[in-house]
Amino acid sequence: MTPAGTVIIGAGQGGLQLAASLRQAGHSGPVTLVGAEDGLPYQRPPLSKAFLLDGRAEALILRPAAFFASKDITYLPGHRAEAIDRAARTVTLHHAGGRRVLPYDHLVLATGSRNLVPPLPGADTALGLRSMVDARALRARLADARRVAVIGAGFIGLEFAAVARGLGLEVAVIEAAPRPMVRTLSAPMAATLADWHRAQGSVLHLGRAAAEVDRGVVLEDGRHIPADLVVIAAGVRPRTELAEAAGLEVADGIRVDGRLLTRDPAISAFGDCASVPSARTGRHLRLESVQAATDQARLIAARIAGGAPADYAALPWFWSDQGACKLQIAGHAGPGAEDRVLAPGTVARIDEHGLAAIETLNNPRTHMAARRHLSSPPDGDGALLDRIIAA
Amino acid sequence: MIRVTFTAPDGQATTIEAEDGQSVMQAAVAHDIDGIVGECGGAMMCATCHCYVDAAWTARTGGPSPDEAEMLEGAAAEVDDRSRLSCQIRLGPGLYGLVVHLPEEQM
Ligand SMILES: Cc1cc2nc3c(=O)[nH]c(=O)nc-3n(C[C@H](O)[C@H](O)[C@H](O)COP(=O)(O)OP(=O)(O)OC[C@H]3O[C@@H](n4cnc5c(N)ncnc54)[C@H](O)[C@@H]3O)c2cc1C
Ligand code: FES
Repeated sequence: MTPAGTVIIGAGQGGLQLAASLRQAGHSGPVTLVGAEDGLPYQRPPLSKAFLLDGRAEALILRPAAFFASKDITYLPGHRAEAIDRAARTVTLHHAGGRRVLPYDHLVLATGSRNLVPPLPGADTALGLRSMVDARALRARLADARRVAVIGAGFIGLEFAAVARGLGLEVAVIEAAPRPMVRTLSAPMAATLADWHRAQGSVLHLGRAAAEVDRGVVLEDGRHIPADLVVIAAGVRPRTELAEAAGLEVADGIRVDGRLLTRDPAISAFGDCASVPSARTGRHLRLESVQAATDQARLIAARIAGGAPADYAALPWFWSDQGACKLQIAGHAGPGAEDRVLAPGTVARIDEHGLAAIETLNNPRTHMAARRHLSSPPDGDGALLDRIIAA
Repeated sequence: MIRVTFTAPDGQATTIEAEDGQSVMQAAVAHDIDGIVGECGGAMMCATCHCYVDAAWTARTGGPSPDEAEMLEGAAAEVDDRSRLSCQIRLGPGLYGLVVHLPEEQM
């Protein structure tokens, strides 16, 4: 019998990287990459940054069409996986022409995440920003919008706000929490960024939940923020329904072990959709970043190609471009970390295990030093903090 | 089209035809050149697109910007005065025939 090979569900940042890494790792078995979206796999980060301004979709393509043929990778765009039969080791795909059942030896779920849409009246008239289709629609609307309102002051909401304000539009950002980026960023760094947005002329409504979308946004206190374009950027939910229906364990993401395997040894999961044990704390974490998706892809590729890699332990890192603010984060701090401002624009976050993360603003040198140090602390955290304070 | 040659650490050279306006990193990734990762997509955030510009070309590519030089400090392979982040080198007719050397490692 010919081997069914590796089937990857989700042709985003992680899925594409896995297909590429499998071949780089010397794996010669069949590889099939299944993607619900049409077209070639593309990068998402520029969708909330450069793409809104330049609209250059071709610059976001991760690999040209010729790549798949030259690497003997079967790419199935426009195919949505609908069901996994774990006993038969098959996955059912839905596409414009009908259905197709694909066998697998190993199945990898890289289904990413979807935007969370809060159940507000009128929310269906607002736009979201996750896919190329979303970004194109948004770009088209930006062309003749005058006032925009953004629900959610996370990374994507604020990146979009910076672009819209840069285009000269009136910008209001509505955030239920008392400060921006409350889940991901220290309070001092969030305050610095909030000040920058205000200095640009954006209005931040913090600690105010949106109650309705209606020619703008109605706040819970009844105030109306008029806008001719409303964008909802209120966070994401992992796409776990396939895994759930197949009886795999799901808790804010598909649960995997340190080798990125689900409880079914024939199924792996990674990237935005997966909840992975942190090598530092042992707690399960779901990371939404290019770095996590690509590093995890490389580990799975090495494993499938026959290596016996150690547990996943890559240092998480993140970035966000908001106008002139280049924010970089080395490491990951959970809620409850203590914030220490080391210098203007440099914040250390410390938890019960020690130094968890260093946030920097427009300071790539310190970011890279922190990344090196946190990957393999040569001399304890104190020494790094001293060096950063002294620099 | 702009011709660019990538030389691997073992001396093996690969020549590709890149598009005018592409960065060297984009051209390398589009042609699946082993040795340029470009994880951040050119946002100058990852330093996995490090390359050494051939000595004959450094005058035409110029040197790194200050932020680029700071990111390069974190590159995995040794950095010298020919080092650039390839995502920051934009291809144009003045770089036709460019030769860059690939580092031993990017991560
Ligand atoms: C606007 C925006 C800006 C961002 N900016 C940054 C940034 O600056 N830095 C950073 O590190 N990260 C950023 N991110 C996050 C980053 O893009 C994600 O963390 C990364 O793409 C995750 O990779 P992934 O492969 O897990 O998921 P994705 O890249 O989202 O890919 C998942 C793919 O799976 C497909 N899919 C889902 N279900 C199915 C199914 N049943 N069948 C077939 N296909 C399916 C989806 O259509 C999608 O194409 C940004 C994201 C967005 C949306
Ligand atoms: S591609 Fe990331 S720094 Fe060049």
